[in-house]
Amino acid sequence: MTNQAANQGIGQAVRRKEDFRFLTGQGHYTDDINRPGQLYAAFLRSPHAFAKIKSIDTTAASKKPGVVAIYTGKDVAADKVGGLICGWTVKDKKGEPHKAPRHDIIAVEYVRHVGDQVAVVIADTVAHAKDAVEAIQVDYEVLKPVVDVREAVKPGAPQVHPDVPGNLCYDWEFGDKAATEKAFASAAHITKLELVNNRLSPNPMEPRSAIGEYDPGTDTTTVYTTSQNPHVLRLILCAFVFGLPEHKVRVIAPDVGGGFGSKIFNYPEETVCVWAARKLKKPIKWTSDRTEAFLTDAHGRDHVTHAELALDKDGKFLGLRVDTMANMGAYLSTFASAVPTYLYALLLAGQYTTPAIYAEVKAIFTNTTPVDAYRGAGRPEATYVVERLVEAAAREMNIDPAEIRRRNFIPPTAFPYQTPVACVYDSGNYAKALDEACRLADYANFPKRKAEAARKGKLRGIGLCAYIEACGLAPSSVVGSLGAGVGLWESAQIRFNATGTVFVYTGAHSHGQGHETTFAQIVSDKLGVPLENIEVVHGDTAQVPMGMGTYGSRSLAVGGSAIVRAADKIIEKGKKIAAHLMEASVDDVTYDKGVFSIKGTDKQVPMAQVAFTAYVPHNYPPDLEPGLEASAFYDPSNFTFPAGVHIAEVEIDSDTGVTTIVNWVAVDDFGKVINPMIVEGQVHGGIAQGIGQALLEGVVYDQESGQLLTASFLDYCMPRADNLPSYKIGMIETPCPHNPLGVKGCGEAGAIAAPAALMNAITDALGTEKIDMPATPLKVWQVIQSHNFAAAAE
Amino acid sequence: MYAFNYHRPSSLDDAAKLLSSASDGKFLAGGQTLLPTLKQRLASPSDVIDLTGIPQLSGITVSGSAVTIGATTRHAAVAASAEVKKAIPALAKLASGIGDPQVRNMGTLGGSIANNDPAADYPAAVLGLCATVHTNKRTIAADDFFTGMFETALEEGEIVTKVEFPIPKRAGYVKFPNPASRYVMVGAFVAETADGIRVAINGAGPCVFRHTEMEAALAKNFSPDALKGIRTDPAGMNNDIHASAEYRAHLVGVMARRAVEAALG
Ligand SMILES: Cc1cc2nc3c(=O)[nH]c(=O)nc-3n(C[C@H](O)[C@H](O)[C@H](O)COP(=O)(O)OP(=O)(O)OC[C@H]3O[C@@H](n4cnc5c(N)ncnc54)[C@H](O)[C@@H]3O)c2cc1C
Repeated sequence: MTNQAANQGIGQAVRRKEDFRFLTGQGHYTDDINRPGQLYAAFLRSPHAFAKIKSIDTTAASKKPGVVAIYTGKDVAADKVGGLICGWTVKDKKGEPHKAPRHDIIAVEYVRHVGDQVAVVIADTVAHAKDAVEAIQVDYEVLKPVVDVREAVKPGAPQVHPDVPGNLCYDWEFGDKAATEKAFASAAHITKLELVNNRLSPNPMEPRSAIGEYDPGTDTTTVYTTSQNPHVLRLILCAFVFGLPEHKVRVIAPDVGGGFGSKIFNYPEETVCVWAARKLKKPIKWTSDRTEAFLTDAHGRDHVTHAELALDKDGKFLGLRVDTMANMGAYLSTFASAVPTYLYALLLAGQYTTPAIYAEVKAIFTNTTPVDAYRGAGRPEATYVVERLVEAAAREMNIDPAEIRRRNFIPPTAFPYQTPVACVYDSGNYAKALDEACRLADYANFPKRKAEAARKGKLRGIGLCAYIEACGLAPSSVVGSLGAGVGLWESAQIRFNATGTVFVYTGAHSHGQGHETTFAQIVSDKLGVPLENIEVVHGDTAQVPMGMGTYGSRSLAVGGSAIVRAADKIIEKGKKIAAHLMEASVDDVTYDKGVFSIKGTDKQVPMAQVAFTAYVPHNYPPDLEPGLEASAFYDPSNFTFPAGVHIAEVEIDSDTGVTTIVNWVAVDDFGKVINPMIVEGQVHGGIAQGIGQALLEGVVYDQESGQLLTASFLDYCMPRADNLPSYKIGMIETPCPHNPLGVKGCGEAGAIAAPAALMNAITDALGTEKIDMPATPLKVWQVIQSHNFAAAAE
Repeated sequence: MYAFNYHRPSSLDDAAKLLSSASDGKFLAGGQTLLPTLKQRLASPSDVIDLTGIPQLSGITVSGSAVTIGATTRHAAVAASAEVKKAIPALAKLASGIGDPQVRNMGTLGGSIANNDPAADYPAAVLGLCATVHTNKRTIAADDFFTGMFETALEEGEIVTKVEFPIPKRAGYVKFPNPASRYVMVGAFVAETADGIRVAINGAGPCVFRHTEMEAALAKNFSPDALKGIRTDPAGMNNDIHASAEYRAHLVGVMARRAVEAALG
């Protein structure tokens, strides 16, 4: 192994290979791509939350300059295009499949949320397309919308879909109801909370974009798009929406500027671009503007929950029951059904030995933008419920919040640990993370700091969150039995060139995660190749053999493991070539860090020589194929379970209601860490989004009209640098026992842990549990008013 | 954005003529309000007349009694001016807190006050300092200039040329930014001027206004404590998802007290 490669392997804080092109403006995003003869799509969108389309008149619009075509839902229907699908079928309490009403790529009879597609104009320029959109006349019969799940379930509420009575997508349950009721019956104390998990808008920096292109000569369709999972998109478009042969469709997801889940899904717009491109035999491009992004990118969260925790007199958890209403929005998005069920209720054990858990979840349609996975997807909602309850219980019972957690943690000796909600936790040391977090936060001296703050007229609070995450959804057989329509493996291919450089093809997709570096580090470590000689290729179904994409913090645990498998195959073949070159038996060849050698001799052959020999096989084992490349698939045997403890400390200005975060500690266990700098970056970003949810962000619809009130950054409050503290980051490491890298995943942890930690700190400062996210200055001030703190402060 | 004719005159007269001859003309200064409006297709002027090519509209002059700032002077220039910082530090501070660096390097004083966004910063300084607005036709006293939400005393085609800020004995400006937009949710500009105490409140209502009860209290005792008992009526305050009328009314008191503290140094 070269010295260079030695400093670039697993565990090294290598600088990200991709940053040079991103930071110098040389990234290549979908909107940077232009195809010869390209036309542009612009959508007419519904100004109403709920309306019947009585008529659409495109006469004037089609006479506008540059217009090539105008299509409405009827044109799409005439071509028998399938609706968009939900790829995960959840079965309700009675075993009936969820209700997945038809989701047309352009609305046919009804529009069901502000921003719903009513028509598309295809024109020679974006400006012309937009001009024509404005000239389309639509006669709507405006209907009364419903936007809040609590209203949508009431008798007489507006019905979003005629074939979904009561707006009920499903009424689902999980866990042991009888055992849970028994636990509550014997409880010494019961803590109850009403919680709202606020709806969020994902807001990746790069808006969605797509180009559909059709080549009649080869009958091939190409889609350039902002996707986190190009192969999955290809599968959905081919097998469900268009009925096209998969080998005639290529999906390319080039550089993608952030996704946070929102770019997992199959959306109407890219589907329309593909359909229109095939119809017009011209490339069709669409790029979302920021307003469209707010209106149509799948939102996240939006739960209303009643939760109860039963405890014995010593604060030991006996049972947990949760009743949640989850807002699905107007249509069932690609993986929406799984988020408030399997990604939520299965995590309700948290880090604790709670023996009995029961969850009921109702998924409800409303006249709002569809809701689907957003950074954490179900797991932040679960952690929020558990950790708010635990903290509230500790306060009610006068037990220190750290202590109540210690009393209930799953002990390190108990792994693998079977929870009452199906999961088998792989490994962990929860008390160790808590101890380290308390040390870093100087938890013991908090009362002194609180008293000091009170002397300055400030309300100080501290909040803990011991979160659990589940990454790398798997194995395929299990998720299949739970209703997933796909397998959740990952694939990799490693291909050496004759000169010793390497291509790594991965089905995972990087849109900020740094795969080009992390995955190259794994290969560098395993095969002894310097980082700059490794090219990680992703995001093109024509180059990467197969893939499932990136979401749920799965890329390293699943995709990285596939890479390791492929590397092992390379080494196996390399041994045969090396044995031949060294005139020895394969059994005597050992391999270490890029060098093959013969036990007990000084004979050595480096990997580069093996690669060269594989392609210039002049002196080569007679029974061996030339070439040095290997493919591997990896289907994990279980999820991985990262966990950790975050501690937030805040100071509230009781005059203004402004919350200032004065300290933040995060101690995470992600298993083995490949690149600590990238991991820390992921933690920082995740916490920023979690702080955003707890303090700043929230999608607001007008209850009467269903208009989106937070449709721009003037009203939707994104976290900014000055909202965020400097974090104190600690790591502990309990390797995952069931994947070859021992890794668990880190992408969502911050967003999972932060909201509960911060809200626990704020509720501690305010002395009441009754405040919902986002805890804006207005809401905090209103709570202070109701407590009359203000008078005390004056 | 819809198509329009773009002009960049070099004299005030040409600018005024271009506007009067256009079917639907608009002046352009820093473009920080007008351009986003155009990009969102919310306005479709036939002609856009850029004022930034007129040399006499830009610049800062400080005399013994007044700071005079040309209409197309950028916020960043005011924020960075050593002379402004010395003469009216509260004014430089106000300019330094508008938007972000990009906005400050483009946005102008004239554009800000001509637009009279209830959530803009500058109107508080103009009113609080009892400034005089100069146009290509006349001078307008601050008390007469801001007439309502996005409305001013400017007539069609009238161009703000400069604003003359009398140098106060002391002044302070504090704002509570809207958490999302960072425009003003509630701001208070408090000044002790030759004309007496002035308290201008921006962000809270549909238009910047003077808080006469606070002015009277401060005239007796220029200290934060003098404002403690004064309640501001929530009726007439703005009410939105970020702040209720009651909250804004409350913040008027808090910001005013803090502005007095700032003025006292
Ligand atoms: C992201 C962002 C954040 C911002 N944050 C803040 C903030 O925190 N506080 C704040 O106060 N402002 C803020 N602004 C507004 C900005 O600071 C400008 O002051 C404002 O946009 C107007 O100035 P302008 O020079 O850009 O005017 P323009 O946009 O060019 O013009 C605005 C209007 O004024 C008219 N006009 C311009 N100059 C004259 C003149 N000399 N005479 C007559 N009419 C004229 C124009 O015709 C137009 O109608 C923000 C803007 C943006 C884009």
